[in-house]
Amino acid sequence: MLTLLVFLLPLTLGLLYIVAKDKIGNISILSKVVAVSLVVLSGFVYNSFTQNLPVLEHKTPWLTAFSVNFHLALDGMSVIFVMLALVISALIVLIVDSIEYKNKGLLIGLICLTTAALVGLFMSKDIFFFYFFFELALLPVYLIANIWGGESASKITFKMLIYTVFGSLLMFVGFVFIYMRAQTADISSLQTTVSLLPASLKTLLFIGFTLAFAIKTPIFPFHTWLPDAYTESPTPATMLLSGLLSKMGIYGILRILVPMAPEGIANYGHILVILAIIGLLYGAIIAVKQGEFKRVLAYSSFSHMGLMAAAALTLSEEGFQGAILQTVAHAFSAVGLFYVAKIVFEKTGSRKLDDLGGLVHKTPKLAVVFMVILLSSVALPLTNAFVGEFLMLKSVFDFNQTLGILAGLSIIFGAVYMLRAYQKVMFGPEKSNFKDFSDIGAKELWVFIPIVLIILFFGLFPQPILDLSSSVFKNISLK
Amino acid sequence: MSIIALIPLIPLLGFLINGLGFKKIPKNLAALIGILGSFGAFICVCLAYNQFINGGEKAIIENLFTWFKVGNLSVDFGFQIDQLSLIMLFVITGVGTLIHLYSAGYMHHDEGFGKFFSYLNLFLFSMILLVLGSNYLLMFIGWEGVGLCSFLLIGFWNKNLNYTDAARKAFIMNRVGDLGFLVALFLILSKFGTLDFSNIGLMATSLSIGDPDLMYITFALFIGAMGKSAQIPLFTWLPDAMAGPTPVSALIHAATMVTSGIYMIIRSNVLFTLAPATLEFVAWIGLFTALLGASIGLYQNDIKKVLAYSTVSQLGYMFLGLGVMAYSSGLFHVITHAFFKALLFLGAGSVIHAMSDEQDIRKMGGLWPKIKITAITFLLGTIAISGIPPFSGFFSKDEILAHVFAHNKLMWGLAVLGSFMTSFYMFRLFFLTFSGSFRGTKHQEEHLHESPWTMTGPLILLAILAVIGGLMGIPEVFHISHKLNTFLNPIFDGSRSVFPEFGKHVVDHSTEWMLMGVSTLVALIAAGFAYVKFSGGKNVPVPDAEMSGLSKVIYDKYYIDEAYDNTFVKPISSVSKFLAKTIDKGILDKTTENVGSGILGISKIFKRFQNGGTGVYLLSMTVGIALLIGFSLLPLIFQFLKNIIE
Repeated sequence: MLTLLVFLLPLTLGLLYIVAKDKIGNISILSKVVAVSLVVLSGFVYNSFTQNLPVLEHKTPWLTAFSVNFHLALDGMSVIFVMLALVISALIVLIVDSIEYKNKGLLIGLICLTTAALVGLFMSKDIFFFYFFFELALLPVYLIANIWGGESASKITFKMLIYTVFGSLLMFVGFVFIYMRAQTADISSLQTTVSLLPASLKTLLFIGFTLAFAIKTPIFPFHTWLPDAYTESPTPATMLLSGLLSKMGIYGILRILVPMAPEGIANYGHILVILAIIGLLYGAIIAVKQGEFKRVLAYSSFSHMGLMAAAALTLSEEGFQGAILQTVAHAFSAVGLFYVAKIVFEKTGSRKLDDLGGLVHKTPKLAVVFMVILLSSVALPLTNAFVGEFLMLKSVFDFNQTLGILAGLSIIFGAVYMLRAYQKVMFGPEKSNFKDFSDIGAKELWVFIPIVLIILFFGLFPQPILDLSSSVFKNISLK
Repeated sequence: MSIIALIPLIPLLGFLINGLGFKKIPKNLAALIGILGSFGAFICVCLAYNQFINGGEKAIIENLFTWFKVGNLSVDFGFQIDQLSLIMLFVITGVGTLIHLYSAGYMHHDEGFGKFFSYLNLFLFSMILLVLGSNYLLMFIGWEGVGLCSFLLIGFWNKNLNYTDAARKAFIMNRVGDLGFLVALFLILSKFGTLDFSNIGLMATSLSIGDPDLMYITFALFIGAMGKSAQIPLFTWLPDAMAGPTPVSALIHAATMVTSGIYMIIRSNVLFTLAPATLEFVAWIGLFTALLGASIGLYQNDIKKVLAYSTVSQLGYMFLGLGVMAYSSGLFHVITHAFFKALLFLGAGSVIHAMSDEQDIRKMGGLWPKIKITAITFLLGTIAISGIPPFSGFFSKDEILAHVFAHNKLMWGLAVLGSFMTSFYMFRLFFLTFSGSFRGTKHQEEHLHESPWTMTGPLILLAILAVIGGLMGIPEVFHISHKLNTFLNPIFDGSRSVFPEFGKHVVDHSTEWMLMGVSTLVALIAAGFAYVKFSGGKNVPVPDAEMSGLSKVIYDKYYIDEAYDNTFVKPISSVSKFLAKTIDKGILDKTTENVGSGILGISKIFKRFQNGGTGVYLLSMTVGIALLIGFSLLPLIFQFLKNIIE
């Protein structure tokens, strides 16, 4: 029952907002209600799971003749991703509330729809619904980019849409194919079917799945949609993309690619790991000299995703756990940093780093939260990103020492580009030509304080997350 | 709550109060909170020491909770109190408290006063974690934490972008070292399966000397030490770090943080004893750093720069000591250096304070009668660092030199040459600053004044320590027990068991007398030279523009910064731009688009899309989504309704 609610609540909220649009009276209060209800829902999910309550599975026959079921269920990994989707969406709703946007009702509605698609995806036990949600999640984001973005945003996100849809189509072909063989669409029972396929078909399947997730995550060199899409999209879309949609790729790797194409991973996994590490360094090096704040963050995000993908593909327990831990950490730091970028843009009217500077003197609170989130982004110990990064780097190092050291270079480059951005925004003499010199207030702090607390809490106590996912690793690794 | 856990918590609390209440808390209260953050920790260290002694000097390991556990890897959030961590804690919180007190005077006019104290407390917290952690990962928390605080404090005056550049440089160079540290941790994990000091120490005793795995582990650890403790090639950040307020230079960049590398190696002494190749490398790097730092110090004219290069050089001596397995002598020098170098930096701060923020010694001179307490304490510090008996620096440095002599005569010769330079540049600094007549502006001269008691008090206390601090380690030839060695002895049990020769007396007594005589003589001669050359305002160094030849090369630090700029910074910038423009925007993006349009005929879709209005398109999209959702959910909704009705 709860499972269904987890899916239906954001869906209903989303549809209501879309239908009501500008008829909503006080959107500020309502958005807070949405945010709180999403967070409370995630609390229920956690509670039910840790208490072992039998409410975490829902199965409705849908196309009975084809044995396709609307089957939602939560294991530990799903719990993490679902909670992440709910909480991050809540934060994005609050962020939208704090910024001037026209037609906020529709915007919040679309965000809720994305959330619904994401939680649907993270709970799907059926390949057809998995595919459906995988595609669906992108559409609201695409609409947000189009309606609230500029002329260039719509072109760029259309490219992204086509590109990723192309990737998932290949996955869909794979799904249909194994479905025809197995006569079932249940993800866990399909694993056995797949293992009986001839090697050449397995390879084809592996390629299809890989492309889908490599484009979504993205993994080098399938990332070309990302820099422009992250930079040109309006902030809520960028946050959804970097904070949540990129995590669909990691989830897909762990949920579909690794269990369903183990031979492919065994034979070609190292190529993917190498590509992911190349992307990690490539993104980090490019970020060093970018002139736009948002573009630095875009390449940084891409770089981080590379390490997560690489670690997940090492098939080690450290890599698996580290990638999941980092998925959570990165979602918060990415959303936080893009929010900082948006606030800085609103205050200064410029996205170019060279135009910025000296903000610390007028906006000390913003400077502090920016610093804390930055520290999470560079994985300083006692921030939530450190343990994950440590585990991931260890897994890559154990996989191959040279690759491990190369991946480790990212801790240096990360410091280089993030501190450069920080200095260019915050330090230096005060400037006089900005629009707004006021520091952030309650509205922004409602977003930043939870982010900061989460960064510090999971930096000190990462074990609750690790405990959730540890049982899942055994299932995946034992095939 | 145990006393041990309180040691880091008290400064953390100070950080939080001053950090969150910054600008609302009045200055005097902020200073009080900051000082108590440090002094409270010091009291707890004393209590912990008591507990340790009463417990029969057995290491106390206190695990607060399991930080994380993945597979077979489990890391505790645990603290370890033993001889080594206690000594470090005494230095950190003791010298730290004096520097906090000093800061209350030094920073009094600064608008960021409360922020400054909160950062100092945060630094203490990190530094305490570094030495208190019971495993390498806890050490790493502190290790990176002090790097962050160093960044925050070097760039404290963040209106000046040169300062914040220096801060970034420090953080990034430290991170280069940190990568080495991380790699070491991965190697340790695959070798030992744990990061706990005690377990590793036990397991390592069954290994044999020369084990190749340990060579890699210790080498990687040493890379970490190079970054944090400013050794060749990762030393160039430390002189730049002088951009920070002077108390920061004293606390972080002289007395405590930069000695982390030495602490880490002593903590891992068994591993290093098992890896003689690494030790030899450590010794040579230390020696070269000592010589390089001292030689650059000979020509610097900024009072803080002289002390900075002196610190680089003294850290080199400590590593030289570690490299010849004189671990406890290295630690001895850490302690005495903390006293006299903190004293010298704080003295320099007092001079700068008196000189209305002037740091160039060419514009000083004749300060002796004007600021007597500062001048006298500075002289005592100068004598201590120069290695003139019976001041503290003499004992610790001489102990290192004796071990070096037994190890390799050439190394010893070079190290003595370094001592000569040390004594020379320190007395040069002293004479140029305090003797002769005043060379500054009229305005500066009228403003000359001794510092308030909050500043001179710590100077006097540190001067006393710098003078008598050596007595904790009097050489055996004097037939008095070496208190420090006796106390530290159990820390090296592991090294002794894998290498039975460890710690056996290195040189006979007559040789030791001879070595002491040579060191003393060399220091005195150098001081004499400096007196002849610089006392009374003679031979004031020429302005920057008139420098030439070798002295200019050395004054410009052998152009090492420029070399790094050309080999790392600039190439990476070019590569970054090349990747962004040519590869990413050019080749990859174009290829993808071409492939895409080839397969899907995107170009056509684009065309249609651009001709039609966005509205039409959006409408169709929305309708499409609605249909999709509707179709897929229809059976569900029916089912749902049915459930409810039933």
